[in-house]
Amino acid sequence: MFYPGFSANLSLVDKLMKAVTKSLFTACMLLLTQESWAHAFVDHAEPAVGSQIQAAPTQVKIWFTQKLEPAMSKIQVFDSTGLEVDKRDVKIDQSNAALLTVSLPELKPGKYKVVWRVVSVDTHVTTGDFAFELTR
Amino acid sequence: MSFKNPSVSRGAVLFSVSILTFVAEPFSAFSHGFAGNRFFPATITTDDPFAASELSLPTFNEIRQPGPPPVKVFDISTDLSVLVLPRTALTIGDGYSIQKVANQNARTGFDNATLSGLYEFFESDKHETITSIGLIWDIGGSGRHSLGNDSFSTFTPTFYFGKGFGDLPDNLPFLRPFAITGTLGLSIPTRVANESIAVDPVTGQKTVSVDHNPDTLQWGLALEYSLIYLEQHVKDIGLKAPFDHLIPLVEFSMSTPLNRGINELTTGTINPGVIWSGQYYQVGVEAIIPINGHTGHNVGVIAQVHFYLDDVLPRIFSKPLFGR
Repeated sequence: MFYPGFSANLSLVDKLMKAVTKSLFTACMLLLTQESWAHAFVDHAEPAVGSQIQAAPTQVKIWFTQKLEPAMSKIQVFDSTGLEVDKRDVKIDQSNAALLTVSLPELKPGKYKVVWRVVSVDTHVTTGDFAFELTR
Repeated sequence: MSFKNPSVSRGAVLFSVSILTFVAEPFSAFSHGFAGNRFFPATITTDDPFAASELSLPTFNEIRQPGPPPVKVFDISTDLSVLVLPRTALTIGDGYSIQKVANQNARTGFDNATLSGLYEFFESDKHETITSIGLIWDIGGSGRHSLGNDSFSTFTPTFYFGKGFGDLPDNLPFLRPFAITGTLGLSIPTRVANESIAVDPVTGQKTVSVDHNPDTLQWGLALEYSLIYLEQHVKDIGLKAPFDHLIPLVEFSMSTPLNRGINELTTGTINPGVIWSGQYYQVGVEAIIPINGHTGHNVGVIAQVHFYLDDVLPRIFSKPLFGR
């Protein structure tokens, strides 16, 4: 019965609807158990999203929620004037295909913008950005 | 895109033809709900502006409608949207309703089916903005008439929009997770009035009564605050699962008759709730609060499970069925 408060006698149509509903639920659950992938989102990052830090980082690391396609995923770091300051050596961690890193030179205090564009292994593209500030 | 607004359609199949040749910025991907950094969830009681392959299954809706006599309505429905062409999706939907009056057996049956189409004609990743147009066809006579389903069809050309506020200045960081989506549609019934004839059993005199079917303005808004956006693009405040994937929101779903003598009454609901969005699906629940006595007096509830088919089955749905 769909709703406990109802006391209707179930007609053939009602029974059919129950069967259809159960079947659809089952189908959905089966869909979810199939091998599947999805868009890659940021799980966390170092320096953290929106953080203020005192020690200059040597790398930007972003952990994503999906494994990435190395040839088509990148991170760029820009200073407050819009100049790209990273060493353009983006790579995926050998032991964790969801971790993307890029090296940094010795940064001066200021605000920096991290821009990423990644492709998950099923070719879904996601992009995004965040900032951090080096205070000294 | 979902079509769960009970004031717009009581069940339905969707059809739409969307045309257009607006000059638009290129899309970054054929995927659900993205405009730049912004992910827009599929809203529950108002339609969202994205053309995507999605499945709402199921949507539960329970509310007591005013009488006399008052009726408790419970509805279970589903919508399936498929991206058929780049930026163009077709959606089909229907529902099954149970209506219960005190001390009577419940009446049950299918709602009118709806068929609709939606075309995204503008997207700006930089400004997290998207606009779309569509047409909703509420197929008259496809549902059980005794449950209140219309025997005539209604067409609703609709404008959709979405705007994220991630482009606000850096000195307003905690306002940047806000976003708004909305719809504005003109609902046009294919029959302007229903005539019914009653015969007095004593005098034999016939009385003709006429119920007018006005054109109505269907308008809705959803104001969202994305904790996903906050954590991933503004500031990592250390939220843990499941809170880092929550999107609290308030939806407003309204209907205003425009003509045929029924132009003074706006009805609708305010629906505060929350959506949890994961990699493959989202789950949402909202209260349904009538805005006035003409809409109702009781608070209802609506809940929905919604699947992102382009993520669940990427081999099939990650691209449009036709075209690129």
